[in-house]
Parts: sequence; structure tokens; C-alpha cells
Amino acid sequence: MGKWFKSGSPWIWMTGGAVSISLIAVLGLLLLIAWRGLSYFWPADVYQWQLQDNQGKRSTLIGEIYDVEEVPTERLISAGHKFTQDPGEFVTRYLVKTGNREFVGLDFRWILATDILERSTPVDVAMLERTKNGNFYGYPVAVIEKGQRLALEDVEGELKRHIARAVALSDEAVSLQKKDIGAINYKLEKLRLKERRFELDGELTAERKQQLATQADALHQAYLVLEKQLFALRDEAGRDAVVVRDMRGEEVTLPLDSVLDVTYVNDLGLLGKLGHWFVGLGRFVSDDPREANTEGGVFPAIFGTVFMVLLMAVIVTPFGVIAAIYLHEYAQKGAITKMIRIAVINLAGVPSIVYGVFGLGFFVYMLGGSLDQLFYPEALPSPTFGSPGVIWSALTLAILTLPVVIVSTEEGLSRIPSAVRQGSLALGATKAETLWRIVIPMASPAIMTGLILAVARAAGEVAPLMLVGVVKLAPTLPIDMNFPFVHLERKFMHLGFHIYDVGFQSPNVEAARPLVYATSFLLVSVIVALNLTAISVRNHLREKFRSLEH
Amino acid sequence: MISIDSSVMNTEQFDLENLSQENTALQIRNLDLRYGEKQALFDVSMKIPKKQVTAFIGPSGCGKSTLLRCINRMNDLVDNCHIDGEILLHGQNIYDKQVDVAALRRNVGMVFQRPNPFPKSIYENVVYGLRLQGINNRRELDEAAERSLRGAAIWDEVKDRLHDNAFGLSGGQQQRLVIARAIAIEPEVLLLDEPTSALDPISTLTIEELITELKSKYTVVIVTHNMQQAARVSDQTAFMYMGELVEYADTNTIFTTPKKRKTEDYITGRYG
Repeated sequence: MGKWFKSGSPWIWMTGGAVSISLIAVLGLLLLIAWRGLSYFWPADVYQWQLQDNQGKRSTLIGEIYDVEEVPTERLISAGHKFTQDPGEFVTRYLVKTGNREFVGLDFRWILATDILERSTPVDVAMLERTKNGNFYGYPVAVIEKGQRLALEDVEGELKRHIARAVALSDEAVSLQKKDIGAINYKLEKLRLKERRFELDGELTAERKQQLATQADALHQAYLVLEKQLFALRDEAGRDAVVVRDMRGEEVTLPLDSVLDVTYVNDLGLLGKLGHWFVGLGRFVSDDPREANTEGGVFPAIFGTVFMVLLMAVIVTPFGVIAAIYLHEYAQKGAITKMIRIAVINLAGVPSIVYGVFGLGFFVYMLGGSLDQLFYPEALPSPTFGSPGVIWSALTLAILTLPVVIVSTEEGLSRIPSAVRQGSLALGATKAETLWRIVIPMASPAIMTGLILAVARAAGEVAPLMLVGVVKLAPTLPIDMNFPFVHLERKFMHLGFHIYDVGFQSPNVEAARPLVYATSFLLVSVIVALNLTAISVRNHLREKFRSLEH
Repeated sequence: MISIDSSVMNTEQFDLENLSQENTALQIRNLDLRYGEKQALFDVSMKIPKKQVTAFIGPSGCGKSTLLRCINRMNDLVDNCHIDGEILLHGQNIYDKQVDVAALRRNVGMVFQRPNPFPKSIYENVVYGLRLQGINNRRELDEAAERSLRGAAIWDEVKDRLHDNAFGLSGGQQQRLVIARAIAIEPEVLLLDEPTSALDPISTLTIEELITELKSKYTVVIVTHNMQQAARVSDQTAFMYMGELVEYADTNTIFTTPKKRKTEDYITGRYG
């Protein structure tokens, strides 16, 4: 035994074990969220149940199984449930997503295995995805075109064709509203601000007023035309409807402008399901959210996260590098420098919410408020930069991650062999020239390391952002087609906050739970993607500036 | 016990004490140097003749490298290094306040113990000093690169891969590249700080041959702890011991009839 200890094997086992545990933890976490998140898009079978409750009342239920659990019979009995015959110690209980929210009140329902008379998977049952009120499950029986009920052989094909038409029209309407009408609104707002500006400066002459009014009028005319087009498109999209027989056996008419897609889930083969899965995933990544974020995609959140992180990287890198260069190259090596360095390192330990509070107080209110006073007085009292926005979020996170960049840059600077610096100086370079031409390029891999750590930290931060710029739903992205194209004062959506919002602030927690996993997985993927990009850049730089150790 | 190849030796002998002004490249006058409390050089005075190879020899820690680094003020980089005395270049004390250190270093080039190429291409290494002076004319740079690489006897080996990374070269090649880099800016004086101590014997030989060629254009000062090397390549030799210049004479004299006991002891291998 003593020999075994001396041989060093326990040490190897211990260190190896620690690595394995870390690996298992990381992989387990990733696998769990990936599995839960990605399986959300897999089309589940839609069942039809014949139920009979303990009073002997019969009913039909259509829906997807969301969850299964074993409940102790005693608990059900003590909760007031009466069984006609003894079901044993445990009863299986299913959580069923029934959809049809406007008719059944709750679109999730628990059913007991003891109540089930029979379960089937009818192939002609369809799942209709809608823009409002969630999914609808039922049997499509007819298509209504222009108020006329069509007598059809092939309901499925006709329905799909009509839905495709309505969706195309709706998309057109949305694009018209967002792009053209949005641009006109933006210009009108600019005109209003221009007028207000002239007024404030006391330069609003009658001539100018006239000119602005003419411009506004022209825009308004254009707006009226577009609005007419928009209404026409909407009317066209809402022309048709589908008649669906729901689980109560009643026929419900759904206008097609509220239907996004129809899927005969039970009729899909494996390939069909796979296709459906990919389409679902693609929509999740590229669509805007709907219904208080519980449905639809998360594109604005992905965009906001990446944009904010990149903006932060652009801000933090030069600052951090310059500060590190001063600390390492120019500052006197004394007690004060040491204290400053310790202070900088300790900044990394300040809780992030504190930075959020600082950002709100300093950036948003002080800096943003002053900017508004100076440059945007015409918009006051409504703030331009004086309210939370993406630039303030990026700045706040830049301060948060500054220590990381400073520390790793300094480390990189100190690793550069003095022989190389002296070689440059001996050729008549000044210290600054040596820094620019030799030292900083050679330290760039270390700078990238700092940036990687900064990005990893910043992309995962949520708490400070809630104070300085993140919102549940941002109507516009920080980049659009309206001059000046980049709108740094706008609020933005963030995947981290989206997770919190969907998971804990949503009116429909059951429906949102898989979305939480999916969004988490997406957040991790985004961070990993950002990091991999940075790492590949770093490796490239490393190869280029291989150090002198040979 | 040391064979001296007389063909390498310069037959022209200088009276080093009374070297004329136009034959003097550098004059060191009463140089004291202290690192904090510790004194490393004691009252060193010497004249280094133009277009000759002068070697500094002595046991480790005797101050020969320190003295060399005084000549292009590399010791400025060392914290709490304090220097008294003068080093005259063109009759101007290089330690004067108004001296531009960068300009001085352009005039007094230096090659270090270990090859220290920059993480750039061979070409960019050579033209680095020229680019610093704001020369970016492609043709001018090309010419200078070829001239310097030829001057450092490495042109034939690298002419086909000028734009490859300099780290791909062998140690000896790197050292010659560094010499090429130093002579690209055409200094008057070239300081070599044990330039072959990190190299294999064959590379050493190449560099030694190169040094003998370099003196036709440059004043070369070389620090070496290899006495054979000093004997082979230098015209004058200065023997230093414990921070003092013990003896300074033409190499032949130092190695055959040293005047001081300490020099003789060192040369004959009694210590060091």
C-alpha cells in the first residue's frame, strides 16, 4: 500500500478523476439542454383518447403527451379523487397539451390512466399552428373560399394550398408594414424632430414651416397609399377559412390569416418528421417571437446578443490593451502601480449587478442624459440616449470585462522575450516603435485570449443588462435600413434575458418550458460559436508569431 | 598553447595609446558603471581603432558585455544602472543629454548572444531598420536587403525564400540574418556580444569568417569568452578582469607576450 502511494498512482488517479468529473458535468449539461431543447421541434404524435371519469361521464380528448408521471394513489384520494375500483399503489398520470386555448380555457390538462377507455392515433387529425392562441388540434373537414364552403375530395391538399397563399400574403403585409411603412414613420418622426429643433433654436420661419409641412404631407400621402395596400393584403389573406371539427365534436371556423401551418402529424413518416424538425428549428432561429415570446422564434434575441457582444468587444479591446501597455511598459514599477494592478484584478470580482447599477446611473442617466441635452433637445422630454440602450449595455459589459483583457494582455506582454525588444531597440527603434511593430503583434494571441474570456463572460451576463438595455420585446433591431442604419440608442433583446422571461415571466409556463431549453441551447451555441471564431483567429496569430523558444 | 593563424592577423600595428583622431572609432574615457550599489566597471579607458576587429575577453562576470552594451547605451534599459565617464563617437560624448539614443543605435549596431529574429519574414527582418527610418520604396528596400544579406554571407541560402518566416532558419542562419539586419542600416560600428556562443562549430566558423570580412567596412567590437576565437578574428584584444581593463594591446602581443601577470594566467588557462 505504501509502495502504491509512493509510486504516484493515487495522484494520477485523483487528477484524472477530477478531469473526468468536470468533463462529465459539462457534457451532461450540454446533452441535457441539447436533448430537451432540440426534441421540442420533433413533431409528437397526436392522440385521441376516449375518457370516462368516475361519475361515468364520457368525453373525447385530442392532444400531445407532454409529460408522464406516477402518482401515489393515496395522494389522489386525499385530494378528493374517488376511484370506482382499486387502481393499485400508483396511478399513471399524463400531461396532455390539448391546444384550442380559446375553447377549453387551459391548453394543458392532466388525465389519469384509470380514466382512459381507449387511445388511438387517427391519421386525419391535424395540428394547426396559429399566430394567436397556440396550436389547434382537430379534423379539418372543409375549406371556405370567399365565404363559400367548397365541396372537396382532397381537403388536405386544398387546405395546404390555401394556407400557403394566405401565409405568402401575410408575409408580404408584414414586410410592407415593417420596411416601407416603417421607413415612412421614421422619416415623419425625423421631420417632427427637425421642426421642433428649429423651434427651439428660434429659427422656425414660416417658409421653413411650410417646407416641412409639404414634406410631411407628401410622406403622409405615400403612407395612405401603403396603408391601403396593407389593408388590401390583410383582407386578401383573411379571405379564406378552414372548418375544423374539434374534440368536442363541434365544427369551428378558423380564418386562414391566423393559421401558419397545418401538419397531419400521425401521417408523417420518419423523413417527414425530420423535415418538420428542420423547418421548426429553422423557424425558431429565424422568426420573430409571438404571443408574449411563448411561440415563434428568437431571431431578434440572437441578433441582439451577438450585436451587443461584438460592440462590447470593439470597445473593450482597445481600452484594455492600452491600459495594459501603460501598466506594463510605461508605469514606474512601484507601490502605486502594484496597487492599481491589484485594484484592476479585483474589479473582476465585483458582482455584475453592481455594474448594472453603475451603468444605469453613470451611462444612462448621466452620460445619456447629457447627450440628450446637448444633441437631441428636440426630442425631449422623451429620451434618445438617456434611456437604456444597446450602447450602454455594451459599455457596461466592457467595464465588467476590462480586467480580464488587461490581465491577459499584461501577461502576454511579459512573455515576450527581452531579446526581441532589445533587437528592435538596437536597430534604432524608439520604445513606441518597438511596441507598435514588434511587441503588440507578438502579444496579439494573448490579447485574443483576453478577448475570448471577455466574450464568454459578457455573452452570459443577464443581470446588469436588465438595468441598462435589455427588454422583453424590442419592436426594431439595432440595425435597419433607415439612416444612419446603426441605432445604438435602441433597446434590444438578449437570449439570456429571453430565457428568464420565457421561463419565469410567461403566462403559460408549461408551454414555455421546452422553449427555455431550446433557447438555452441556442445561447450556449452562440457563445461557443463566438469563442471558436476568436480561438481560430488566435491560433492563426500564434502560428504567425511563434515565440522564440527553440 | 594557442596557435595563432597569422594570415588572419592584421599586419598593421597601431600604437593604441596614441591613436590618431581619424583612426579612432570610439574613445572610452574613465568609464565607471554601477548597478545600484554594485560597481561593475572601474575607470575603463581605451581607444577602439576604425575598421578593425577589437575583442573583449575575460572570465564570466568581468564586465566585458557590460562595457560593450555601454557603447550603444543598451544599459539604459537596466533599472538603476548608473554611468560616469565618457564614450566619444566623432568627438561627441554619447552620454550627453542632447544625444538621440535611437540615432546613436542606428550608428552603432548590435548583435546579441542568441539569435533574435523578429517574428516576420526574412525580408521584413532585414529591412526593419530601414522601414523605421521611413524608407518604404520597394526598389530601395530590395536592394538594401540583397546587399545586406550578401554582406552577411547568407544571400545564397535564403534568396529563394525571402518571404518565409525567419524562424524557419537554423540557428547559425538566424545569427547571420541578424547580422544582415544590423548592417542593413549601415552603421559605423558593429557590436557583437558573444555572437557564436549559442551556435554549433560549423556555424561558428562561418560567422568568424564573416567577421573578418565585415571589418573592411565596419568597426567591429566583439565580446567572446572563447580565447581561440579572439585570437582568430581580432586585431586588438582587451583583457578585462573584475570590471577593470587589465591589458589592451594588439592581439598578437596579448596572446604571445602579455605584460600583465593576470593576462598571462588567464591566457594560459590558469583560471577563468
